[in-house]
Amino acid sequence: MTEAVLEKLKILTAAAKYDVSCSSSGTVRKNNGAGVGNTVGGVGICHSFADDGRCISLLKIMLTNYCKYDCAYCVNRRTNDIPRATLSVSEVVSLTIEFYRRNYIEGLFLSSAVVRNPDYTMERLARVAKDLREVHRFNGYIHLKSIPGASRELVNEAGRYADRMSVNVEIPSERSLKYLAPEKDHKSVFEPMGYIKQGVLENKEDRMSMRHVPRFVPAGQSTQMIVGASSDTDRDILHLSSTLYTMPTMRRVYYSGYVSVNDYDKRLPALKQPPLVREHRLYQADWLMRFYKFKAEEITDASNPNLDLDVDPKMSWALRHPEAFPVDVNNADYEMILRVPGIGVKSAALIVNARKFRKLTSDHLKRIGVVMKRAKYFLTCGEIGLHNVREARPDVVRRQLRLDFGDW
Amino acid sequence: MVSYNYDGSFDGLLTAVFDSYSRRERIDVLSRGVMLQTNLFSDDAYSVMTDENKAVRVWNALAKKLSKGALGAIATAYLCTDDAGDVVVYRFVCRVIDSEQSIENDFSDADVVQLLKNCRRVRGEAHRLLQFVRFQKAADGTYFAMVEPLYDVLPMAIGHFRDRFSDSRFVIYDRARDYGYYYDGAVAQRMTMKSDRSHMITGQLPEDMMDGEEKLFQQLWRTYFKSVAIQERLNPRKQRNDMPVRYWKYLTEKQL
Repeated sequence: MTEAVLEKLKILTAAAKYDVSCSSSGTVRKNNGAGVGNTVGGVGICHSFADDGRCISLLKIMLTNYCKYDCAYCVNRRTNDIPRATLSVSEVVSLTIEFYRRNYIEGLFLSSAVVRNPDYTMERLARVAKDLREVHRFNGYIHLKSIPGASRELVNEAGRYADRMSVNVEIPSERSLKYLAPEKDHKSVFEPMGYIKQGVLENKEDRMSMRHVPRFVPAGQSTQMIVGASSDTDRDILHLSSTLYTMPTMRRVYYSGYVSVNDYDKRLPALKQPPLVREHRLYQADWLMRFYKFKAEEITDASNPNLDLDVDPKMSWALRHPEAFPVDVNNADYEMILRVPGIGVKSAALIVNARKFRKLTSDHLKRIGVVMKRAKYFLTCGEIGLHNVREARPDVVRRQLRLDFGDW
Repeated sequence: MVSYNYDGSFDGLLTAVFDSYSRRERIDVLSRGVMLQTNLFSDDAYSVMTDENKAVRVWNALAKKLSKGALGAIATAYLCTDDAGDVVVYRFVCRVIDSEQSIENDFSDADVVQLLKNCRRVRGEAHRLLQFVRFQKAADGTYFAMVEPLYDVLPMAIGHFRDRFSDSRFVIYDRARDYGYYYDGAVAQRMTMKSDRSHMITGQLPEDMMDGEEKLFQQLWRTYFKSVAIQERLNPRKQRNDMPVRYWKYLTEKQL
């Protein structure tokens, strides 16, 4: 390892930073006494937080940023005049091990621009993972990008060593994708996703009959969509997300607010700032689908194709459905309590437990952690005098919320 | 105001519970460290003599009524040394003893809520150790890290590091409590280091003690840290929220 790597690391980190996936969760990998590292289950560990506030859990880096494609939204497109670099397999391996041993990271998130052809690129990604696991006995987390267009054999090879794999959708509709990246289509994205899924399912069956078959991509797959680079609506995005989540192996869909990296390209909107609020709302909507049992059609519909930027999507649903409220916290089902704005998954579970002991009042709810300023319009707890959304009308509630919470 | 002193041990706290029942009173103020002078606001403070038998009797009474999770929460909340942290544990224990059935899921009860809150604080601090410990490789191959957590949570975290770095030797040292663990590749032992060399104060190994490549890897990590941030989305507030400033002094990426 020499100082020349410093410059390469700088270039290839900057090239990889727009991929927002960061998690190191979803699998447990024990240190079996030989080698370094383990992967803790449940939540992953964030080791640092960069100046943009995003967590650093994995060494997120590209093998190379020499790319043969020319996608309009991508900083690494071949027509861009930017510094280019390539790390060798052994350099990536060494960086990963040394960073890991100093507790800087949980593992590696390796991606690459497509150099020569997809198979050539994929093979090198797989080599890094294989070296880490077999030569260095590395038990930390490995997330590999599956290169669109790579062969099934290579995806299967990579999946033997990776904890998670991902293929990015990037642009939600095929029409927009064709417009911004004429060399790509949705087939090149969904095909490798299918390989990963089939690999995981076949592996599950094999492991039923033979216990010692190694695991295949145990932490499943993730993907990412860029928000604001095309004209697609939030409804298009969430519809695609909910379809993706029906895949048994799809764990996370990430949303990346488009940062105007190629502002000379007239096919792209001229954005001064990345659409951060919209991105935030999409994550909230994603949470509603994954943890709050909302369906995509409930969050956005034909008459409201985009998320409300003023209030969060759960509040927005509640204001559009005053007939569902107020919810009686002492009697209602868990699912309905979960729908009350200001009550999260944790407080809902606490409420269901606590109400076995006594009838809950607003004081109890506050103690449990309910945000009463939000929730008071949507629940009853056997007390008189609380406003509720039906008497107070949704627009009045909305105005009051804006006074209480400002624009966010 | 009933006020008790005890030696600060967990057994001592349980003994205080036992004594308060046999003296038929409720403790309002609990202080650690046996003090000679009396509390300013009470006539006189009772000094608890830690007694393992009494402690075991209290613990067994709790174990009969509580789940493993709730017992663990008591032991964890005991590490919370914020204001009146011990009284929180004491009140919760009394609630359990006084009540016929388990009250551990009574989440609208102030004592239960407070215990959970303190427990969460301690667990959060232990988790931050897993996040923010930064090792430096010394010339002899040992990895060295200095920490200064809010609570005494190093024992909660040491197993994680022992498992993760089982094939190397390392030291993690709590500067605030002046003890640490040395793992020699087989067992992690608690120890105290008597040294006035600068790294025991700053947490940074001087160059003559570093492994040959250590400086380069620190530089590489700082380069990575800087390069991975998207300049169009700077968000120092979120950075501070998720990575409290009190950790920065030992973070490699925050050194100049």
